[in-house]
Amino acid sequence: MSGEWSRDAVRLVLATALVVGAAMALAAAIPGAGAAESRTLLNVSYDPTRELYQQINAAFIKTWKAKTGEDLRINQSHGGSGKQARAVIDGLEADVVTLALAYDIDAIAQRGQIDPKWQTRLSANSAPYTSTIVFLVRKGNPKAIKDWDDLVRPGIAVITPNPKTSGGARWNYLAAWGYELNRTNNDAAKAEAFVTALFHNVPVLDTGARGSTTTFTQRGIGDVLIAWENEAILALKEVPGQFEIVAPPLSILAEPSVTVVDKVVDRHGTRALAEAYLSFLYTPEAQEIIARNHYRPRDPDIAKKHVTEFPPVRLFTIDDVFGGWGKAQTAHFADGGIFDRVIVNAKK
Amino acid sequence: MRRDESPLIRWLLIALALGFLGLFLVLPLAAVLAQALGKGTGAYFAALTQPDAWASIRLTLLVAAIAVPVNIGFGLAASWAIAKFDFRGKSLLISLIDLPFSVSPVISGLVFVLLFGLQGWFGETLRDHNIRVLFAVPGIVLATMFVTFPFVARELIPLMEEQGREEEEAAIVLGAGGFKTFLTVTLPNVKWGLLHGVLLCNARAMGEFGAVSVVSGHIRGLTNTMPLHVEILYNEYDFVGAFAVASLLALLALLTLVAKSALEWRLRDEIAALRQS
Repeated sequence: MSGEWSRDAVRLVLATALVVGAAMALAAAIPGAGAAESRTLLNVSYDPTRELYQQINAAFIKTWKAKTGEDLRINQSHGGSGKQARAVIDGLEADVVTLALAYDIDAIAQRGQIDPKWQTRLSANSAPYTSTIVFLVRKGNPKAIKDWDDLVRPGIAVITPNPKTSGGARWNYLAAWGYELNRTNNDAAKAEAFVTALFHNVPVLDTGARGSTTTFTQRGIGDVLIAWENEAILALKEVPGQFEIVAPPLSILAEPSVTVVDKVVDRHGTRALAEAYLSFLYTPEAQEIIARNHYRPRDPDIAKKHVTEFPPVRLFTIDDVFGGWGKAQTAHFADGGIFDRVIVNAKK
Repeated sequence: MRRDESPLIRWLLIALALGFLGLFLVLPLAAVLAQALGKGTGAYFAALTQPDAWASIRLTLLVAAIAVPVNIGFGLAASWAIAKFDFRGKSLLISLIDLPFSVSPVISGLVFVLLFGLQGWFGETLRDHNIRVLFAVPGIVLATMFVTFPFVARELIPLMEEQGREEEEAAIVLGAGGFKTFLTVTLPNVKWGLLHGVLLCNARAMGEFGAVSVVSGHIRGLTNTMPLHVEILYNEYDFVGAFAVASLLALLALLTLVAKSALEWRLRDEIAALRQS
């Protein structure tokens, strides 16, 4: 090989490197150029809230425009609650997070991106709407599913997402646990056996609540879907005539929480805007949108208006039965927690 | 095939192959189109021109427009170096080029989370300088480049090795410089193979789901590529929208397939000609 050859090879490599560099610089420049014209807010939320926040955002943009004259753009990102929290921890620049449960926000707070006392910043535990866990069954309820203990009967296929990645799935799991504790006078060993029997009946573990709903409604797998009440009502509306909802007599009060991501809004200069956005969720206008999207509103007047939609269910809270999310998470869902044992034993 | 093979067996085999093709290729494609057009062509085009869908189409094209040229440059450089020169670590380089083929796309995505995530190596520095890589377009481009970089090189290395070094050496002897030799001898010799690699690379760049899903952040209208948007629409019970975007992706794949088949004809002639000479 002559010296000229290798010199040119070096040149070619350099030229290639230059092209790569230029392309990357171009790529880095593009999002900045595109986002210049109006202020934006990024709401990172969990799976079933897509439709809710599309409507909330439209209403808030109008209200904000009327009040300040400023045009806004609100971006949405949805996925399993735990997965979304992970993305924010890894640098997804959410101005506000509206996740399925307080623990996922705690996880972000532990990395210092949110004030640890975030839950006291807004009223009602920073949860502007609540929901509960119900069953969606096939039309006519052919397997006669009425209560939690029907889910552990042999031969019943139960659809629920993976509690490791999905907030809804953790509510499902804890609701089942709480039911059995209540029935057996707080016998934790019996509760574990009950939940193990339940997961023995689960053929598919999707990563998020919406994935499980599509598994049940579109792919036709399973006899019963354990789901958010809002998710179950939505499925009834979208695929009419095929399913019905069974509300168990006892279930858990699910409080999906919202907060501002302090580190991000301070860097973006969007704190006032983000706080206004979250306060808006408590206004009668937003509470009405919330109720129409099948979440239980906090506002008593709006709740009264929609009373027929939400059957009375005796609800226990996570604080009463599990001593709060921190304890529930460590005991059940952390690595080496009870759920790890449950899923291994359920496969036997 | 032996000429005395019974025609019955021959026809059976052909029918089997066609039936298989119909079941696994034509039927799903037809299903996609049928779903997409389920509520008429009006709904179909409305779904495609919806802002979020349009944004996902633009993003997909942008990502391909960056990732493919970069990989052409890399693929040419790597295959040229490997086929025409001897150096230490050559086989290591070849194995490294194959790496994205053997690694799951999810891992390919997570690699970038580990590098550019806020908890990762460069995350805080990048944030302090207001540079967004992860959960923005650069991250999606990087993940796509990583997943697609073997295509061009893998296509060119065997072709260049087959062609040998004689022509280049002749060019050098006749006084051409290295770069001129590359442009006038090597490049024209491999142009069809190169195009073939580019097509494959492009198809994968536009269709990649796993790696892109990990680094995208799923922000509607900003960081959703077409495959991600299809999933989102499907999960929102918007079947017409989901399958309309899917049909567009399928159309791109079909075009790629047609172009690829045409190229394969040319390529086969070329290699045959080479073998004879």
